[in-house]
Amino acid sequence: MENIAGKNVSLRWLLNIAVLVLVLLWTIPTIGLLVSSFRDREQLQTSGWWTALTASEQRWAARTGLPDTAEENGGTWVLSGNVFGDDAAGGEIIAFGTSPVDPSAFAAGDTAPMAVGELTVQADGSYELTAPQPFSEPQVVQGDTATDAPPERGLRIFLTSTQPPDFTTGNYGTVLSADGMGRAFLNTLTVAIPATVIPILIAAYAAYALSWMAFPGRSLLIAAVVGLLVVPLQLSLIPLLQLHNAVGLGRGYIGVWLAHTGFGLPLAIYLLRNYMVGLPREVIESARVDGATDFEIFRKIILPLCLPALAAFGIFQFLWTWNDLLVAKVFLGTSNSEMVMTGRIVELLGSRGNNWELLTAAAFISMIVPLIVFFSLQRYFVRGLLAGSVKGG
Amino acid sequence: MTQILFALLTIVIGVGGCLAYFYLANMVLDRVLPPRRGRPENLRRSSRIRPWIFLAPAIVLLGVYLVYPLFASVWLSLSRDGEFTGLANYIWMVQDPKFRESLFNNVLWLIFVPTLSTLVGLVAAQLTDSIKWGTIAKSLIFMPMAISFVGAAVIWKFIYEFRAGDQTQIGLLNAVVTSLGGEPQAWLTLPIVNTFFLMIIMVWMQAGFAMVLLSAALRGIPDETIEAAILDGASPWKVFWRIQVPQIYGTIAVVWTTITIMVLKIFDIVFAITNGQWGTQVLANLMYDWSFRAGDFNRGATIAIVIMVAVLPIMIWNIRNAQKEED
Repeated sequence: MENIAGKNVSLRWLLNIAVLVLVLLWTIPTIGLLVSSFRDREQLQTSGWWTALTASEQRWAARTGLPDTAEENGGTWVLSGNVFGDDAAGGEIIAFGTSPVDPSAFAAGDTAPMAVGELTVQADGSYELTAPQPFSEPQVVQGDTATDAPPERGLRIFLTSTQPPDFTTGNYGTVLSADGMGRAFLNTLTVAIPATVIPILIAAYAAYALSWMAFPGRSLLIAAVVGLLVVPLQLSLIPLLQLHNAVGLGRGYIGVWLAHTGFGLPLAIYLLRNYMVGLPREVIESARVDGATDFEIFRKIILPLCLPALAAFGIFQFLWTWNDLLVAKVFLGTSNSEMVMTGRIVELLGSRGNNWELLTAAAFISMIVPLIVFFSLQRYFVRGLLAGSVKGG
Repeated sequence: MTQILFALLTIVIGVGGCLAYFYLANMVLDRVLPPRRGRPENLRRSSRIRPWIFLAPAIVLLGVYLVYPLFASVWLSLSRDGEFTGLANYIWMVQDPKFRESLFNNVLWLIFVPTLSTLVGLVAAQLTDSIKWGTIAKSLIFMPMAISFVGAAVIWKFIYEFRAGDQTQIGLLNAVVTSLGGEPQAWLTLPIVNTFFLMIIMVWMQAGFAMVLLSAALRGIPDETIEAAILDGASPWKVFWRIQVPQIYGTIAVVWTTITIMVLKIFDIVFAITNGQWGTQVLANLMYDWSFRAGDFNRGATIAIVIMVAVLPIMIWNIRNAQKEED
């Protein structure tokens, strides 16, 4: 396609940049989700996911060691240690303070004057509190309340530090077990696989009859299939739920498979028929002349030739049933043993609306399979779209 | 583990049952009317019956799951507790402020989403077709199609996340706004604006679909017409809008109507993100609320009929086109 840019170099650059912008706009939302799902909860809550690779800034407080651990050194008492404790990879101190009013009054390495003595905190977290008298005396180290009694706790130091990026797979562990996504994953599989395979089979036979067998009312049936392609799901929900209850099916897997099969059939028949009509007439007629029955022709000739169309519809139906929320919500029970992933995620959005580390992990778990199917079978998917684009999902 | 076995078992029973039906039904037909004994009337009769054997499961399922509900819903919308009440449900509906809100929002969705998706898809199709890494770009723009509406809802709700006061914004949109010196907003609670933020999600998901179809159509245009226009000195802009686009009006119509139908039924995004609060209600979600939260099937069905009526013109148009092809 040289027609738009021609050989104009600057226009070609512009074109590439435009597409790059478009691609970034379209992928950044998903990348944000993926990155966030691997971030540590603390970091995710305090910084944007786009800063995930840079160190994040945190404000927190620590206490010095107990006053009686101070050592005397030539007339001054020194209390020293590290605010990070034993955690060597804790991060880097940027600023510190001694009062919650101004928690970052001093830069790391500076010396902060105290009521008696002074405090220094280094970038690596090591601190040194010095005073000309023992710390056990109350005025040196203030506790939370000023009392005359010797303080029993260390001095509170307010800190601003940068934490190195912290990635974890813990979010996935939590949602898979504690939040039931593991179970929901299996439930989704249980819904999606039969709901994909059964309509293919039924539709293939129907499509064969509609394309290669002559009988009265054929064109009427074809028109009906095309019409049913766009019937909104919403219309079917109530009458069918009543029907399922009336015949004793109730809510459960069988009901949801039947519903998905029914809703998927128009597209399946439409796609497969369009494909089958295009098959060479000679092949089928010569098989008939040789005495093959329709059943044999279908099994031995048509089905193998139709594999691409079957794959195209199969991908469609699989993605649709895997991603479905409405049909599962109506026809499947709401108990833990039956809830699918989309339903579970909606529940999480309600109950854990602020726990983005869990929400993003849960969403990503539900997206993995469709994305794998999509990227590995994209060719068939596109072919199916081009053949059957009258249905609105 | 037992669940996996259960699932496998049902797959085997379901698929096996289907296969067994087709196989046995054919066998019975061949037994009753043996075709290979030189009895032409048998062959004729069996070939009259066989199509219906092939079609029977599909017809039964389509009948029960799509045709019957159509009539049942009409009846439900005209009745209450099994008694005919005429248009009472419809009269309630048009007076209900929540219904009017939903209708208004659905109209907004119907105007903006198909148009924007088609437009973005068209531009993306044309741009990606003219560069070297177009296939990769296409596949990335197309990717959101594989994601569920619920997954997309999580992705975008995170983007719209709002933190009050001086807290660091972790939602991308508010971070951009504050870095440009603006005030962070709780976008999803702002009336009208929030509907547009929900629509963006749908455009994000559907633009790839439009792009794939339109790109195929653009490539189907014979090169001669474009070359002739270029030789005549037409600018690329003119070539695109005056020569290429008019030739793919058919495909544009298909894309536009497909997304329109999709939008009429939009449920998951609204359900998962705002659940119709802050003035974002749409018909499909209102229908769900009335049917399965309030338990009022009659009102629910009445709202569903409105969606059906909106789809009807497209349905008729599709059938007409299909019949034209058939002739």
